[in-house]
Amino acid sequence: MQNSTNADLITGINMRKSQGSQKVIDKSQRFIQVVGVLFTGIISILCILPFILIISASFTEERSITLHGFSLFPRSFSLDAYNLIFRNPKQILGSYAVTIGMTVIGTTIGLFIISMTGYALQRPDFPLRNVISFYIYFTTLFSGGLIPFYMMITQTLKLKDNYLAVLLPLLMTPWLIILMKNFLKSIPHSITESATIDGAGDFYIFLKIILPTAKPALATVGLFLALSYWNEWYNSMLFLSSKVAYRPLQLFLYNTINEARYIRDSAAASNIPAIDIPMESMKMATAVIATGPIIFAYPFVQKYFIQGITVGAVKG
Amino acid sequence: MKSKINNIIKKRTLLFMCIPAIIFFFIFSYLPMPGVWLAFVRFNYRDGIFGSPFVGLENFRFLMLSGQLWTLTRNTILYNLAFIITGNILQITVAILFNEMVGKRLRIYKKVSQSVMFLPYFISAVVIGVFAYNLLNVQTGFINSLLKQAGRDTVNFYSIPNLWPFIIVLAYLWQSTGYGSIVYFASIMGIDSEMMEASEIDGANAFQRIRYIILPCLKPTFVILLLFALGGIMKGNFGLFYNLAGANNMALFETTDIIETFVFRSLNVNFNFSMGSAVGLYQSLFGFVLVMTVNTIVKKIEPEYSLF
Repeated sequence: MQNSTNADLITGINMRKSQGSQKVIDKSQRFIQVVGVLFTGIISILCILPFILIISASFTEERSITLHGFSLFPRSFSLDAYNLIFRNPKQILGSYAVTIGMTVIGTTIGLFIISMTGYALQRPDFPLRNVISFYIYFTTLFSGGLIPFYMMITQTLKLKDNYLAVLLPLLMTPWLIILMKNFLKSIPHSITESATIDGAGDFYIFLKIILPTAKPALATVGLFLALSYWNEWYNSMLFLSSKVAYRPLQLFLYNTINEARYIRDSAAASNIPAIDIPMESMKMATAVIATGPIIFAYPFVQKYFIQGITVGAVKG
Repeated sequence: MKSKINNIIKKRTLLFMCIPAIIFFFIFSYLPMPGVWLAFVRFNYRDGIFGSPFVGLENFRFLMLSGQLWTLTRNTILYNLAFIITGNILQITVAILFNEMVGKRLRIYKKVSQSVMFLPYFISAVVIGVFAYNLLNVQTGFINSLLKQAGRDTVNFYSIPNLWPFIIVLAYLWQSTGYGSIVYFASIMGIDSEMMEASEIDGANAFQRIRYIILPCLKPTFVILLLFALGGIMKGNFGLFYNLAGANNMALFETTDIIETFVFRSLNVNFNFSMGSAVGLYQSLFGFVLVMTVNTIVKKIEPEYSLF
């Protein structure tokens, strides 16, 4: 009796499973799917809409914008904005160079320090790991606030108008160190142990054994860092004044949007009379140029971010 | 004790590997901490932070009596509550809907849709400001041009404070829904598949499966995320507010000024360093107490998830 019930149950499960693979879907699930496609479809369209709007606006003739406003598709196509920006590209290329430079240097140094620290902190045989972890974590619990931080950078370190004021504070965050630590925990400690027995030092083990095996972790943390450098504008705005030759890309964009004189300056450099400046489309074109690389990189890097979010989401 | 010190000496390489990070946090996080003294003085440049005249709690008293502290606290907390509530509802809904999308074509749709929703997470606050400008500005904004076409009056969004709670919450949802739903989607994926199959055998339909299996299984994730969000309820997203509502748009302050924007203005616009520091210190202490409370609660219900 018992046996037959079990057997029934098993065939039942097998039947279900085979049905599942044939995608037998009941009414309620079909209903949820229809609602789901509609609902997520609307959200997806809303998510992509602003991108389409600024791209469209950047290709629209200025007169059409002043007359009809921004539209979903260009009423009259024009490359004026891009032409004007690239006629005198010194500013935007300089900004690109500064941002790329900071992203590369900051990510490289930051990633090295983060992974080194993360490795040490996850070693179960490191006696100071809890003390140092708390020392790092405490900075998220209590901070001196913006103004003491500002005074320290400008007065104590004297880094006003110095790119280091932007580069250094972004090198690492407690969250990224913890994320790295959690990633590296999954590499078995026995690897470290056997290398130690073979006479390898801790730093050597980290450099030659751990780093090469931790490539996915490095990619994830590195991309989070790179994104924060690319999108950086806050420290730039605080610490870099107009004395700096080239502003980082996002600050350049911010100034272009909010201060008309930046566009007039760039037009004047190309000998365009103020009245003919395609002001609105230039703002939008600058936004497109500043965001473009992220959109292009996005399909390739997306999965690393998802990995990072799922590994580091709930627990710090 | 001696063996412990010996052990540290033996593992000194690991300590050295932590030194760059230790120095980093010392300089950028610990070194500014004594600067909170600014909150207790009437700051002037000539005398510096520690030479300026001590005024005790005078700065706090002023902020309290002028009602500014109340407005800032109210705005910061209410915005965060709105973010937490609407954000979680939307994220969970989206994650559940995605989970029900099985079958080849739907799976492709799901992938595309997830990617599109996640995209806003990658955009800088400045670009979000550009989006808002494109949609909302009074002369050429997309919404106003639609209104004009429909023969309606245009709306000057940047001068109507009561619209901004909606605009800011929508912008927040726009940026965070894809990101947040990944966390919930991952925890749905982590649900024991035997449980799902068993419910199917018992004849549960999709609604019942969601109601009695998926939602209860998401509860721990939700509670933990909620508690930590509550711990951070005094912290505002400066970039979002600053770029959306404009840096110095006084017309909107009543509904858009949060602690972060106030502190920023006292640094960059009013040059009232002491007042800004006082608000900053108030925020830091308030936040500290909140996180500690939350952590104690989490420790009681789910020790595994507590922060320390």
